[in-house]
Amino acid sequence: MIREITLGQYYQADSLLHKLDPRTKLVGTLTFIISLFLAKNVTAYAVATVFLVLMIGLSRVPISFIVKGMRAVVMIMMITVLFNLFLTPGITAVKIWRFQITYEGIRSAAYMAIRLTYLILGSSLMTLTTTPNNLTDGMESLMKPLRVFKVPVHEIAMMMSIALRFIPILLEETDKIMKAQQARGADFESGGLIKRAKNLVPLLVPLFVSAFRRANDLAMAMEARCYHGGEGRTKMKPLIYRKRDGAAYAVLVIYLALIVTAQKLGPL
Amino acid sequence: MSIICDHVNYIYSSGTSDEIQALKDVSLQISDGEFIGLIGHTGSGKSTFVQHLNGLLKATSGHIYYNGADIYDSDFKMKDLRGKVGLVFQYPEHQLFEENVFKDVCFGPGNLGLSKSEIELRAYAALKDVGLGDDYFYVSPFDLSGGQKRRVAIAGVLAMKPEVLVLDEPTAGLDPEGRDEILGMVRRLHDENGITIILVSHSMEDVAYYADRIVVMDRGSILMNDTPKEVFKRYRELEEIGLAAPQVTYIMQRLQEKGLPVDASATTVAEAVQSVMRVFGR
Ligand SMILES: Nc1ncnc2c1ncn2[C@@H]1O[C@H](COP(=O)(O)OP(=O)(O)OP(=O)(O)O)[C@@H](O)[C@H]1O
Ligand SMILES: [Mg+2]
Repeated sequence: MIREITLGQYYQADSLLHKLDPRTKLVGTLTFIISLFLAKNVTAYAVATVFLVLMIGLSRVPISFIVKGMRAVVMIMMITVLFNLFLTPGITAVKIWRFQITYEGIRSAAYMAIRLTYLILGSSLMTLTTTPNNLTDGMESLMKPLRVFKVPVHEIAMMMSIALRFIPILLEETDKIMKAQQARGADFESGGLIKRAKNLVPLLVPLFVSAFRRANDLAMAMEARCYHGGEGRTKMKPLIYRKRDGAAYAVLVIYLALIVTAQKLGPL
Repeated sequence: MSIICDHVNYIYSSGTSDEIQALKDVSLQISDGEFIGLIGHTGSGKSTFVQHLNGLLKATSGHIYYNGADIYDSDFKMKDLRGKVGLVFQYPEHQLFEENVFKDVCFGPGNLGLSKSEIELRAYAALKDVGLGDDYFYVSPFDLSGGQKRRVAIAGVLAMKPEVLVLDEPTAGLDPEGRDEILGMVRRLHDENGITIILVSHSMEDVAYYADRIVVMDRGSILMNDTPKEVFKRYRELEEIGLAAPQVTYIMQRLQEKGLPVDASATTVAEAVQSVMRVFGR
């Protein structure tokens, strides 16, 4: 059940996107997100759509797998869309009792829905094609300039990669503890909201205890292997830009230029 | 009264690309008052199997009957089953959560909807059964040693007064004394209270000594299902699937090969001693 959440998961495949340097993919995703906020008309959205579809095609990740990941965020999307639909002031289109839907509301809700969907699709495409380790390596490398401002870049990256590594472990642990408490007659499925929240105590306390225990063990194991932070630490697999990364950056620039032009030209 | 498993199959992550068939056509009958030892190499499906007995996992296909009632029937009360088939997980100490030992043991019977006095009586009796005295009742479970935590966790299941007690490697990580104490307690529960016991273990000595019947699992199926003597007679087959016979059985085999007319199928030290003594006419 918990295992079925595919958002943020890595999908093993042999594609051009998988082979790209994580830095390229990070910059690419960021560019795509920025472009979504630049795009304000149909033409620009069309360009973004074509780009996204091409990238999904390139990634060789099955569409069904990507869509499954979207299910987890449907709720949040619905809420955002509803808020936009009902709370945008403007010319009334429909009136239901005390609530009114405006033309502006419909427009902004539609754009918001598309923007959110693309945002999630774009960023999950990155996590689907990049292993968590590569991702944090890329981030560390991109954030390196921040060290001038005394930002502990290596430590942040290390914390992120450990956190990512622990997600499946903690999910498994949750499953185990849940079963152990169910064996003692615990009920996690019925009752009102307050009762259900209360019923979570037998699950959460052991889970936190176990998380702390694991964290302690890990810290000990790292120290035993002489980990001492980022100072003077080298990488076993340093990140190297290749030709395809250059090509990818070129595509990004062209894409951004297209979005800006589309925005200038307005609807055709 | 009995548990009957009828052609049970179980597949993890069914319907995805990484399906694992953890149980293959498992059929088994467990009668009232038995003491069953369940052995098998790591990943053979022991833990998966025992989680079916109280309905935590639902078989992909097949049926399980508890006292004749199909536990997958829509009107079967799963909650009652959880009370009747007590399951102690591998490393059960990781499930403790209350502020003190006594409260933690009260959790199980508390979920059965009993009166407060009945809950406390049961908790008290269960803690006594596992050999924890009053001085431990109001200690935080997190301040106990590993072996003591394990006892609290077992008491937590015992307090539900199960008719069948399933223990998944209850002695993993304990010292020899802790192991003997826990298994001794399990046997007392079996002998005195008539509880049916299913003991999952990696120790051939332990199952040979305690169990009346041994079930051997191999890659998700039941390979053997017989008395310890009969099962360990086939020690060569056991070795092929990564198991073995108790040490003492090997010694008796060697003695017999050397020409001593001993009983080579002895599985416990006591039996072996008797047999050797008999040879020497004492
Ligand atoms: N939650 C799970 N999700 C997916 N596969 C699982 C899960 N739990 C167990 N398995 C798989 O099912 C098979 C049987 O596992 P199981 O835990 O039942 O073995 P076991 O006999 O109890 O082993 P051990 O002696 O190590 O405890 C293994 O191949 C295991 O990888
Ligand atoms: Mg197991």
